[in-house]
Order: sequence, then structure tokens, then C-alpha cells
Amino acid sequence: MTADERGRPRTLADKVWESHVIRSADGEPDLLFVDLHLVHEVTSPQAFDGLRLAGRRVRRPDLTVATADHNVPTVDIDAPIADPISARQLEVLATNCAEFGITCYPMGHANQGIVHVIGPELGLTQPGMTVVCGDSHTSTHGAFGALAFGIGTSEVEHVLATQSLPQWRPATMAVNVDGELAAGVTPKDVVLAVIGLIGTGGGAGHVIEYRGSTIRSLSMEGRMTVCNMSIEGGARAGMVAPDEKTFAFLEGREQSPKGSEWEEALAYWRTLPTDDGATFDKEVDLDGGRLTPHVTWGTNPGHVVPLDGVVPDPDSFEGAENRDAAARALAYMGLQAGTPIREIAVDTVFLGSCTNSRIEDLRAAAAVLEGRHVREGLRALAVPGSRRVKVQAEAEGLDKVFRAAGFEWREPGCSMCLAMNPDKLAPGERCASTSNRNFEGRQGRGGRTHLVSPAVAAATAVAGRFATPGELDG
Amino acid sequence: MKPVVVITGRAVPLDRSDVDTDQIIHADWLKRVERTGFGAGLFGEWRDDRDFVLNDPRFVGATILIAGHNFGIGSSREHAVWALMDYGFEAVVASAFGDIFRNNSINQGLVPVQVTPEIERALMSAVTDDPSLEITIDVARGTVEAPAAGISSTFPLHEFTRERLVNGWDEVGLTLRHESDIDVFEQGRPAWMPVAG
Repeated sequence: MTADERGRPRTLADKVWESHVIRSADGEPDLLFVDLHLVHEVTSPQAFDGLRLAGRRVRRPDLTVATADHNVPTVDIDAPIADPISARQLEVLATNCAEFGITCYPMGHANQGIVHVIGPELGLTQPGMTVVCGDSHTSTHGAFGALAFGIGTSEVEHVLATQSLPQWRPATMAVNVDGELAAGVTPKDVVLAVIGLIGTGGGAGHVIEYRGSTIRSLSMEGRMTVCNMSIEGGARAGMVAPDEKTFAFLEGREQSPKGSEWEEALAYWRTLPTDDGATFDKEVDLDGGRLTPHVTWGTNPGHVVPLDGVVPDPDSFEGAENRDAAARALAYMGLQAGTPIREIAVDTVFLGSCTNSRIEDLRAAAAVLEGRHVREGLRALAVPGSRRVKVQAEAEGLDKVFRAAGFEWREPGCSMCLAMNPDKLAPGERCASTSNRNFEGRQGRGGRTHLVSPAVAAATAVAGRFATPGELDG
Repeated sequence: MKPVVVITGRAVPLDRSDVDTDQIIHADWLKRVERTGFGAGLFGEWRDDRDFVLNDPRFVGATILIAGHNFGIGSSREHAVWALMDYGFEAVVASAFGDIFRNNSINQGLVPVQVTPEIERALMSAVTDDPSLEITIDVARGTVEAPAAGISSTFPLHEFTRERLVNGWDEVGLTLRHESDIDVFEQGRPAWMPVAG
């Protein structure tokens, strides 16, 4: 499983792709087998309806796992859900899963959480697998060396019915990040810088492989943060080659292979990394050693600058379309060109989402908040990514740190990342958010989102304006 | 899926780049479990602005959307496609599309017409200048034409995709012809691979 029969060196993406082709024919997309299909309440109801209409079954309920995440409230989860439409959608998920024999982790279940947090924590996400979900942040699972990508509801229906998906083979792109990250620079800053470099469409049509010493130095949680935001750079999938960190993370998890099967799996996983001499269709280099904390200023994740910087001048952009977009973004965000990022005050801080709600993210924020308090009048939410993350954080006493600092400590879910539940910004409210999208209205109508790392989110909550942890002591 | 061969109609110029699917249909609408009725939420927050192009009576009844670069980025929500089609759009013309949005469009029969930035700009100005301009998109031939404005171009589609669109083929049905291949593949999967529960 290194070079192919003809001795051609292959990339990680090539290997995973080629080992999942059920059928290949000239002029047709490859039919790929799907090893794991993750399902949530928002993009699945119409797919189940489609199955019923056509009288079809779920081919592999044993390779399908569902959870409730997008809609769930993060307070009072023992009480009936106030929003009847949300309540109905969650009910429909439970009914569909029961009807088609699919394992489902509803609100309150010990395994419930954001779909991209629970897959890895249960050991369901493993190297070399194909993973799909009706959610664009499925790219998260690529951190394990899986080929994982988001799909639409028609494709969800297709996977439910056939456990496969016809796909045109994407091009490959290497994002090489080398050098040691400076203190206070996090995986979130790495991926924000990558998106700033390639733009929102730079990865379109490509699978990204994140490579280089900076990426190797990241923990599994950090790699998940990086792969998670691949879609914000236009790439449906982002991957990191599996290594000892990957294996250590997986060993002993419920769904990880055990005993001789572990050895067998391990031997296979070690064949997956990109071969020496394999080429990519596109390569981008970034100096990890020179990175600093980043903050978005506009209305897409490519609108990003170092925290040390200023709000850019729309006139500095190339092309009328980009200048218009920047001017419109500044108007929406209520910002003036030239304003230092550090002088921008925020109303709300959101720590959570499939990008940054894992135990390490909570630890990083709590380390900043220990012995400090959020700025008076500022609203701060900490929303763990899953029930397990919440339980672990509480065992480590992190909930006490958050509460003492003035954060609200919530139940797991997607929460204010997309504001489908009651956690929303009010019009004009400005938020430092550890989530993945600063689109207009994403966190609530008229809300203004700035994407940051957990460490910057915590420091910003204390300072009341954008800040790094390092400057709080000054 | 309804077959789509030739689309002839007027267009709306949405001169914005990087239009994400959150703008096409807001997450509030995603709580619904139905597949219909999303047109009312299309570009919801932008439509509250009286000057937004969709509110311009000259563009009422248009069936083609001319959009800026990178249309349909972000979320995988197929609801964005349902909203565009429910509103009455049959095709979107842009110089680049989000990958997931493009797939969702094809799966629903909304034609993603990818043209060069020059053609995108030319169509955008032609339609802005003359809202009554008639545009013809021929899926079978892979062409987009606005004869009155002297614009004519081709757009790429895989032959397989073109066949699917013009015949309205359901992809699940196509795949199920190869069910025995899936059976064979499943036999060869290692026993240690994870299962649910």
C-alpha cells in the first residue's frame, strides 16, 4: 500500500481514495464506499422522507451514527424545548433512527455532542477511512488521515440507501507549514492564516493535505481545528497523515480495534502517509515560525489579519469586486478602515463549536481565565463540544474556573456557532467567537462575528477588546 | 428529478462575490423538516432592504441568477438550492461555485453555469443595463447565450452530468444498478473497521 503497482508514489488522499473505489468507469464519477456516515437532525429529515417515498431501506445502519447537535438548547435540557419547530426536528431524528435501525445519541445522552466531536472521541473516526456527513465541517475527521467531506441532503439519502457515493476525483493540494509556533500562537491561527493566504475559494476542487513540522507538532485536537476549517478555504476535505500521536489518541477508545486487530490496523495505517516523491496538483507554503494570533475583520473567513494589525482599507484590495466586498463587509461590521484590531471592543465571547470546543480548547481558555474575570457587562459563553468533553472538563475543575471568571457554563451543542438554538447575537452585537464562520447574520441577525482562537477569546473576554493572553499582565 | 434541457428567460444580476449559503437561506429556515416552501426565505435578510436587486420589479419573474465569483460557499445545506428553485430560479451563472453547492445543485436539477470572469462580468452588466434581456442556457449543448447583447459562451459539464440533467436521472437509481459491486466491495473490508453502537 505504498507506491502503486506501477511504482507511482502516491499521496495520502490518493491511497484513501483508491482503496474505496467500488466501481470505476471512463467518463463516470468513481463510486466510493463510505465507511462512516454521520447524521444530524438538520440535513437528514428530507433524506429519510426520500427513502420512504422510494420504499428503500438503509443499507448499513451499522455504519451510520446520528446525534442531535445543531438545534439543541444549551440550558434547561431537562425541560421541554421552547421552540416547537426545533422540538419537532429533534423528534423526527429520533423517529427516523428508530424506524431505520440507526444508533442515535439524543440530547442528554452520554455520547451526545457535536457530530465532529463525538466521531473522534468514540474512536469511530480512524485513519484511511471515508467519512461523510450532511455538514460541511466533516473535513474535521481528516485530522486522522481519513478522507472526510460534507455532503448535501440528496447525497445523504444516497449514502443511506447505498453506503456509497459517486464522486469525481478531486485534485490534491499540499499546504506546507514549517517552523515552531511562537508562544500564544495556536492551531486556529495557523488555519486562519492559511485561509487568508489562499482565500475562500483557493482550495475549491481540491483535497488539502496539511504537512510540515508545524502540523506534525500539533496535537490531535489542534489538527482537528485545522482540518475543520478546510471548507472555509474552499476545500471539501483536509487531511493530516496519521502518526504516533494519531495512534496514541485512538488506542483504547470504544470503537478502536483491540488486540491482534489493533496490530493489523496499525500496520495498515502506517502505510498511509504520502510517499516520498509523490506530487500534488498545487502547493502552498507558510512559515509557521512567523505566525502571530489572527482575528477576522470582515464577513468571510478570508477577511483576516494579525491581531497586531489594523482593519484594512477596501481600496487596498485588488479588483473592483474585492473592493466592493470589503467595503460592504466594513459597513456590516460597523468598522472603520485603519482601526487597530486591539481597539475594537466586544460585547460577547463565544467559546465553542466543532472548531474549538474540545478539552484542549477549554483548557487553553481556562488557563487564561484562572484568577481573572470577564469585563463587566460582557456576556461570555463556554459550550463544550460533547457530553464527554463536559464531563471531563468538570472532572478537571474547568467549569469552576469558567464560572468564577463570569462565563456561563453550558450543555453541549453547536450553540452560537450558527444560532439555530436560543444562543444568538442581537443586531449590532459584536462577538469574539472560536467558531468557523463570520458570515453576515451567522450568529444572529445583524450580529458581528470575529473569529479567534480560544486563548484570544478568553483574553478578549477579560480585556473587553481584542487581546492576547500575554498582554493581560501588563 | 425533472429533466432540464434548455432554459430561456430573464436574469437577476446579484453583483456580490463570495455569497455563502447562510445568506441564500438563513439557518432559522433549516429547522423545517419539509423540502418545500423555502423560496420565501431566499436571501432573507438582504430582501428586507428595499433596494436589494430581488425587490426590483423589473426583475420579477426572472429564472436565471447571475452571481459574483464563488457563489454558494460555506455550509452544505441543500436548503439553499431548494430555496433558489422554489423562488423560481432554474440556473445560476457565476465564475466559480462552492463545491458542495455545485453538487447539490446538480442533484436537484438547478444548473450551475460556470463561465469565465469576463463572461460573468459581461452578463452582469448586460442584464443590469437591460432587465428584459433574454438569456438561453442550453444544457445539452453546454452554451449560454444572450444574442441581443452579443454574448455567447460555453460552460463545462461532465458528459455524465449532462446526461443526468437532460434525462432527469435519479442518482440513487443509477447507483443501485451496481448493487452487486457494492456487495463484493463489502466482503473485502477488514473486520476491525468500526461499527456503530
